[in-house]
Amino acid sequence: MSKHHDEREEKALRSGFSRRGFLKGVSVTSGALGSAILEEDAQAQTAGRLFGPSAVPITLNINGADQKLTVEPRVTLLDACRNHLDLTGAKRVCDRGTCGACTMIVNGKVVYSCTVLAIDVQGKKIQTIEGISQAGKPHPVSVAFVNNDAQQCGYCTPGFVMAAKGFLDRNPNVTTLEQVEKGLGGNLCRCGTYVGVRKAVLEAAKAMKGGRNA
Amino acid sequence: MPNYSWPPMESRKQIGKRYRRVDGIEKATGRAKYNSDLNKPGMLFAAMLTSPYAHAKVRSIDTSQAEKMPGVTAVRVVAPAGTELQWVSQEIAFVSATSEEVARDAVRAIKVDYEVLPHVVREEDLSKVADRAKPAGEQVTGDPDKAFREAEVISEGMYGIPVLTHCCLEPHGQVVEWKGDQINYWPSTQNVTNIGPDLAKNLGVPATQVKVHMDHIGGGFGSKFPADRWGVECANLSKASGGRPVKLFLDRATELNIAGNRPSAFAKIRLAAKKDGTIIGWESSSWATGGMSGGGMPPIPYVFVNIPNRRMNHTAVMTNCGPLRAWRAPNHPQASFLTCSAIEDLAAKLGLDPMEVFAKNMQWVAEARRDSYLAQLKKAAEMSEWSKRWHRRGDSGPGPIKRGMGIGICTWGGLGHASNCRVTIHPDGSVIVELGSQDLGTGTRTVIAQVVAETLGLPLESIKVNLGDNSYPPSNPSGGSTTVGGVSSSSRIAAVNALEKLFEKVAPALGAQPDQLEAVDGKIQVKGNPSKNLLWGAACKKLGVQSISEMGTNDPRNPRGLNTQGVAGIQVADVSVDTETGVVTMNRMVAVQDCGLVINPRLAESQVYGACIMSICGALMEERIMDAKTGRVLNPDMEFYKLAGIGDIGEILVDLHITPENDKRGVIGLGEPPTVGGIAAIANAVANAIGVRVPTVPLTPNRVLAALQERRA
Amino acid sequence: MQAFEYANPATLQEAVAMLGSSWGEADILAGGTDLISLMKDYIHTPKRVVNIKGLKELQGITKTATGLRIGAVVTFDEVAESPLIRSEYPSIVQAVLGVASPQIRNMGTVGGDLCQRNRCWYFRQGFGTLGKDKDGTSLPPIGENRYHAIFPKGDAYFVSASSLGPPLIALGAKVKIAGPSGSREIPVEELFVVPTSNKGREVSLAPNEILTEILIPSARGVRNATYEVRHKQALDWPLATASVALRMKGSTVASAKIVLGHVGPTPVIATEAEALLAGKALTPDLAAEAGKVAVNGAKPLSGNEYKVQLTRVAVKRALMEAMKARA
Repeated sequence: MSKHHDEREEKALRSGFSRRGFLKGVSVTSGALGSAILEEDAQAQTAGRLFGPSAVPITLNINGADQKLTVEPRVTLLDACRNHLDLTGAKRVCDRGTCGACTMIVNGKVVYSCTVLAIDVQGKKIQTIEGISQAGKPHPVSVAFVNNDAQQCGYCTPGFVMAAKGFLDRNPNVTTLEQVEKGLGGNLCRCGTYVGVRKAVLEAAKAMKGGRNA
Repeated sequence: MPNYSWPPMESRKQIGKRYRRVDGIEKATGRAKYNSDLNKPGMLFAAMLTSPYAHAKVRSIDTSQAEKMPGVTAVRVVAPAGTELQWVSQEIAFVSATSEEVARDAVRAIKVDYEVLPHVVREEDLSKVADRAKPAGEQVTGDPDKAFREAEVISEGMYGIPVLTHCCLEPHGQVVEWKGDQINYWPSTQNVTNIGPDLAKNLGVPATQVKVHMDHIGGGFGSKFPADRWGVECANLSKASGGRPVKLFLDRATELNIAGNRPSAFAKIRLAAKKDGTIIGWESSSWATGGMSGGGMPPIPYVFVNIPNRRMNHTAVMTNCGPLRAWRAPNHPQASFLTCSAIEDLAAKLGLDPMEVFAKNMQWVAEARRDSYLAQLKKAAEMSEWSKRWHRRGDSGPGPIKRGMGIGICTWGGLGHASNCRVTIHPDGSVIVELGSQDLGTGTRTVIAQVVAETLGLPLESIKVNLGDNSYPPSNPSGGSTTVGGVSSSSRIAAVNALEKLFEKVAPALGAQPDQLEAVDGKIQVKGNPSKNLLWGAACKKLGVQSISEMGTNDPRNPRGLNTQGVAGIQVADVSVDTETGVVTMNRMVAVQDCGLVINPRLAESQVYGACIMSICGALMEERIMDAKTGRVLNPDMEFYKLAGIGDIGEILVDLHITPENDKRGVIGLGEPPTVGGIAAIANAVANAIGVRVPTVPLTPNRVLAALQERRA
Repeated sequence: MQAFEYANPATLQEAVAMLGSSWGEADILAGGTDLISLMKDYIHTPKRVVNIKGLKELQGITKTATGLRIGAVVTFDEVAESPLIRSEYPSIVQAVLGVASPQIRNMGTVGGDLCQRNRCWYFRQGFGTLGKDKDGTSLPPIGENRYHAIFPKGDAYFVSASSLGPPLIALGAKVKIAGPSGSREIPVEELFVVPTSNKGREVSLAPNEILTEILIPSARGVRNATYEVRHKQALDWPLATASVALRMKGSTVASAKIVLGHVGPTPVIATEAEALLAGKALTPDLAAEAGKVAVNGAKPLSGNEYKVQLTRVAVKRALMEAMKARA
């Protein structure tokens, strides 16, 4: 531990901020984990703000509908969708926020759902690949991916489609390959479908501007 | 005897068309269910405990705490006390539980006491591998000593290519349900027909008890043939948990550690040549590792197999690393890289254009492919603007950015594998095609639909293709680029056979003999008298209540001219190198690849694009990095096991070398050959740009700068 | 991931109170781009995770009398889109866009960037902050160190992974930190520390402190730029970076700040190069010379000598970029 840091810790202690002291006013949760850092006699005023570690009921707004489920706080948005809601379009590949196969759109922005806690996105609008088709009609980005053979094994494809949709929603005037490459810099494919993906995104940009945006 | 041959090129209506893949929209909307997506009622999750050491003995293992955890249904130890573990991530124990989180918690509650043993995990310096080197013995052809004595020029170099991992995006794994004497098995596999028997053998049950189903697979590249330890233990966990289905797919680190890798290849190569670039002698001393099995010698000299005087030594190095698996054209990319690098270095030493040197040495190539290569060199030169862009080694232009061009070469077999297909025509006119095969993303479903549609004179949409179940007629695994030849031939034969039966049924109604009929544009009509016809639907009604169901078999010993083997391919890379940072940028990649009769050019091109991109990864970024002291793979992730992203690939131009002569050869597999020459082409292009050979790929900034510095020194 | 209790405090004070008095008890969750992976790999096994994204004290980008204030949970994307930042701080925008993944930019926060753990692969495989084997051997110098420090300090061979550290230091920014006894402000360079124990941290926060905001002085008249040498165009860590801030007097450099990233366990201030530029007109030759001077004292490891060269280039190119940039 750095000297600097040791000093800070000491300072915290000197200021009378003992473990027992600072935990006053923080509620108790049951279970060995909670009690390890929480005082038994702490007050309950923040009880509504502590959850778990065992499974807790949560509500996720996915594709426009509220979904109620019971998960531990450690469950990611991706695993909640895949293991609890049977929304398996988003894929678990690197599981460390690098490859983009798990991409979802949360409040209008693309995110790696493997690196988001499910409990953390309550009250937000979550869009998955399952939710972008409208009335059974595939989204123009999905159509463009098929038209340009922007897929092989297809395991990265839902993530790419979501990343492309999120990108085009925010940048409807995309016209160059360079823009597409920058916009999709957070997704990886192993089969090597990028040639098709580049064309697909440009085609989708045109189609979406033509009023076919979902 | 029915005529099974492919219809002539000019009269085809479905074959040769650029159809979109038939399962494309399912995949692009997320509806496609991979087996890793399955959620079966009552399904349990499994997790595995693996070795943290590259070499260790299990002294003791205690699973009692894990067994007691709420939610845990079964624990299986596969490495009991006394087991010697030979690589990091080797399987030790498996746990099933009601949730993935609990299964992982339980794995962490297993206590293992290890006796750590010495390991060797790196092979690039042969002098440091001690007793792990296993020389394969010298191979001599002709009189290499004489060739080197008489040579007008001798060129030598050292080249290396590291171990790569398959890094399939869908990890290896499965869901298994073992209830009574029925095992339902949903693996991610390239081997739908034969993986069931493999699992059965390992479980000691008859193969008939295993039912396999898989609709889609998220990448295999040669690594997904066997049932594997995790498949077997998943089944055992299911049985031990009262027959509840159990899901286990490897996490990314385990996937990269033990689910397959491509062996490395290092070589010192000397070429004896004449001043005009003609090679007269080859000497190589090579070594490689693919884990504890060592790993075979890459087939060098590659393509130029008839170089007259050769001496070759190869040493396999046993390392405590995850075991090798077949990797898209096993050993060929390594061999192409070693060979083409040596030839490019020879050309540079002589100040000759490598296009000319490659062409000159085509005399050493198998005669059957020689003309193809010569034509392809010409085509690739044209597409890459070679004559305009190529310069002698070392771009002498101003500024730190240097541009260069390089050539790589490939060959492959690609003969169709053993495949059986059943085509069923129902009285309502619907058509179903069934094969115990799999679509790896190559477009197998689409290609089969095109063949059957062509044969029956129907539109593509009216053909339903079912793959991925071992209750369908058996097809061999998808490996070695054998699938397209196999399944296109078996489905052609089955469709022709079914059509013959239909002709027999409808001939009386048309007042003709069956052999006078043909199926064209949704009708059965009399040849030469098309006004005498029945629409397809009406024709099928004549079947009454009896469907037609006919088999077709491709026998690799007699493919009836429908498929064949042996291809040539040339790739040219055009790169820019920032000589201040060592960063290599792809400008363009050109691939000229023959593959006989092309059933769907769009999908075939996708294969080649993908192969070029895989080569870019291998040439510039990818490598498994081993730590000598800890024996760990340091980059079992997608952060430092680097793959090219969409902005890293430049322009890619593909020519499928579609000519009447190539078409007449029949269908030939394409998945592997275009992955072979790219690394060589890029490495040669970098040497051409910066004026010095970077001996080892990937051509990362550290290696490029080191080579530049060495040249300056 | 080990099970933990999730806390959603309503106020900063409450958040601080929910943290533990020693490391390992609780972790702060902002964008999560680092923490979730650390927990999945069992590098961090907190008993509680405290979400600070909802705290209003930590939000927003606002103009202040002396410059700009950026809340700690402002995302990289918000930074890149902010007209206030774009107009005056190209060095920050360039650093933020160097994170080539839109997903990471949408999730990752400025506070998280500054407080993230290092990416040394020995650390990430459980060998501790400094990457030491059970027998106490430092693994990076005897092992694979191509991405490690060329300015190691003590036993710290990892590199600071922060993208914003170098430009913020170059711009003279401070961070505000809230703790149980109130808040304090320190210059960004004092946030980064060199851990001396294998369990140490890379920042000078106490376990129960929260970085709440970044305060950047106005950069009007300060030419600033960041240049990152990266292997890939797609998401990838930089190999070496340089951020520069030049206070100009006419066409000469009155004073310069040059800070190097991804070359040491903290951002490295290139004081010699800064001194070299003072009072001179910046030319390509001078920029190259500054690059050379910037790496004086570098002690590359067995496999990262190349980073010395990359650092020279980064400094040179950042300086040239700054001269192009709007003042």
